[in-house]
Amino acid sequence: MVVPRTLYDKLWDEHVVRVEADGTTLLYIDRHLVHEVTSPQAYEGLRVAGRKPWRAGSVVATADHNTPTRGWERGLDGVSDPTSRAQIEALDVNIRAFGAAAYFPFLDPRQGIVHVVGPEQGATLPGMTLVCGDSHTSTHGALGALAFGIGTSEVEHVLATQTLLARKSKNMLVRVEGAFGAGVGTKDLALALIGRIGTAGATGYTIEFAGSTIRNASLEARMTLCNMAIEAGARAGLVGVDARTIEYVRGRPMAPTGPQWELALEHWNTLHSDAGAHYDRLVELDASRLEPQVSWGTSPEMVTSIGGSVPDPEAEPDPVRRAGIERALQYMGLQPRTAIGAIAIDKVFIGSCTNSRIEDLRAAAQILRGRHIADRVKLAMVVPGSGLVKVQAQAEGLDRIFVQAGFEWREPGCSMCLGMNEDRLEPGERCASTSNRNFEGRQGPGGRTHLVSPVMAAAAAVAGRFVDVRQLLS
Amino acid sequence: MQAFTRHQGLVVPLDRPNVDTDQIIPKQFLKSIRRSGFGVNLFDEWRYIDRGEPGQDPAQRRPNPDFVLNLPRYRGASILLARCNFGCGSSREHAPWAIAEFGLRAIIAPSFAEIFYNNCFKNGILPVVLEESAVERLFQAVAAQPGFELLIDLAEQVVRAHDGSVLHFEVDAFRKQCLLHGWDDIGLTLRHADQIREFEALRLRRFPWLSRDFSA
Repeated sequence: MVVPRTLYDKLWDEHVVRVEADGTTLLYIDRHLVHEVTSPQAYEGLRVAGRKPWRAGSVVATADHNTPTRGWERGLDGVSDPTSRAQIEALDVNIRAFGAAAYFPFLDPRQGIVHVVGPEQGATLPGMTLVCGDSHTSTHGALGALAFGIGTSEVEHVLATQTLLARKSKNMLVRVEGAFGAGVGTKDLALALIGRIGTAGATGYTIEFAGSTIRNASLEARMTLCNMAIEAGARAGLVGVDARTIEYVRGRPMAPTGPQWELALEHWNTLHSDAGAHYDRLVELDASRLEPQVSWGTSPEMVTSIGGSVPDPEAEPDPVRRAGIERALQYMGLQPRTAIGAIAIDKVFIGSCTNSRIEDLRAAAQILRGRHIADRVKLAMVVPGSGLVKVQAQAEGLDRIFVQAGFEWREPGCSMCLGMNEDRLEPGERCASTSNRNFEGRQGPGGRTHLVSPVMAAAAAVAGRFVDVRQLLS
Repeated sequence: MQAFTRHQGLVVPLDRPNVDTDQIIPKQFLKSIRRSGFGVNLFDEWRYIDRGEPGQDPAQRRPNPDFVLNLPRYRGASILLARCNFGCGSSREHAPWAIAEFGLRAIIAPSFAEIFYNNCFKNGILPVVLEESAVERLFQAVAAQPGFELLIDLAEQVVRAHDGSVLHFEVDAFRKQCLLHGWDDIGLTLRHADQIREFEALRLRRFPWLSRDFSA
């Protein structure tokens, strides 16, 4: 009898080159995404050891973390920080020297956040193992690829050997049923899940997202969900391949064509969990009961719904957690039991590998149409996920809606999700952000981040504080 | 890579859960294209009062006297005692680079984030997972006894304290061997190059779209 397998089991089994006695596995890697921050030391390692990439054709590269979001007309001279510029230039040098299947350098019209560019270009395909020196590589699991973040030593290992030393995770199924209410989506779902199981709740697991809510979700919405799997501790998130996946991939520049497309479909249509497959843990959520989420603390698990309030540390029995809440409230400048709706904001950031795709921008623009940001909002910015997202948004007139609402319309990149370029919060500034991490200092030293969905960020921009976006839906 | 066999050292407690890699090494220091120079900026935002930027003269920085790594009693510590989910967040290997360069050889915690845990083994740092209750007792012991040291023996997979207590920990056999010998993973893997090549040839023949080149 054939043992039913999960999608993760199938993807794993198909890539095993060899297994050590203790289960350590040499896993073959199909696609290697490379960006400028975590690759220079890996390429230097190759040079020092006199090694060449095993299969340069597996590499797809772009510069995103450091790139500026304005002043592109000045070219590289627009990169004000010489160390940022050095990393961008080092990537150019390394890709020229070592090769790649495709490279979208700074200023290229297809450049963008590596996790937006990969799926957009068809560089990410179902059934692949895909790695990148970036924890949000989990994003690509939305296409039925086994995708996870790795460190720089592992980047070098993959470059040199086309494999990774890895250990198989356990299987977690997150089953979501029901339809989202208006103004609620997969960003809220991701935050609610992390709020429930914690930022280490899925450590040691690969999460497969399934259920009617996921089946009805677009590929971009699934990417948002898989993107945040890492914030729950899971290195990889997955969604099984279905007709939506196939339609998303069809016609992408790097997707197979002709007879190879037919061959690919044959394989991709097997990429779903078998009935009766074993999961080590099951978490069930009801999307229809979900409310818009807002994080209040310095970890993504510190989150509540828009109708909620900041917790009171006195009510927390566990001393380590209590101290954590107290520290978070102090850092965030919040009093216990403050209503989320009473928290005023200084800046708004719509962007990041979590929420910078065209659907995210459409949703935010719909809230902003005919409205304007509040006087107290010092800066509201939209940073499209890629050059192609930007062009598409402009073709739809979204840029004009944002600009008329008082937003700045920027060039693509990671931007203020992590503030490696000049887009940062100043100490004490409070930001409604569509990004993925509210860690201390993440968006700039002393900056205070509240994680929200694109529509909730847009609503907060208009009100100057957090409000329930459902009140703004016409 | 520096091998790790046995290590005895002073223990410094970092009493916070969910310490993320943005805290361990803030983003402004990731712009270096080298593997060294990060130790001075380990825990920068907690460790210093002034704002940290690349290229500062460490002698001109203002250390935060309240941060645990700056307390005189923990000077020279080489074992970090931490809480759950240590190293969560960004995959940046700059975090273990900074930790190693600072002089920390081992980290004891109830749990680690996976990417960080992996990255430690690539850099001669031993992450030790102990039961939450055992970690709690160590926090109490460190607080009660100035100069509290531990001996960590990787071969035996034990943590020993001066009072004779012994705590066993688990570690994958393969990782353990690599760390005990300071082996270079890539060199090890390339011993199986023929097997990889064979696997790859089959795979690319079966799924030819995986090897298309778009660089032209």
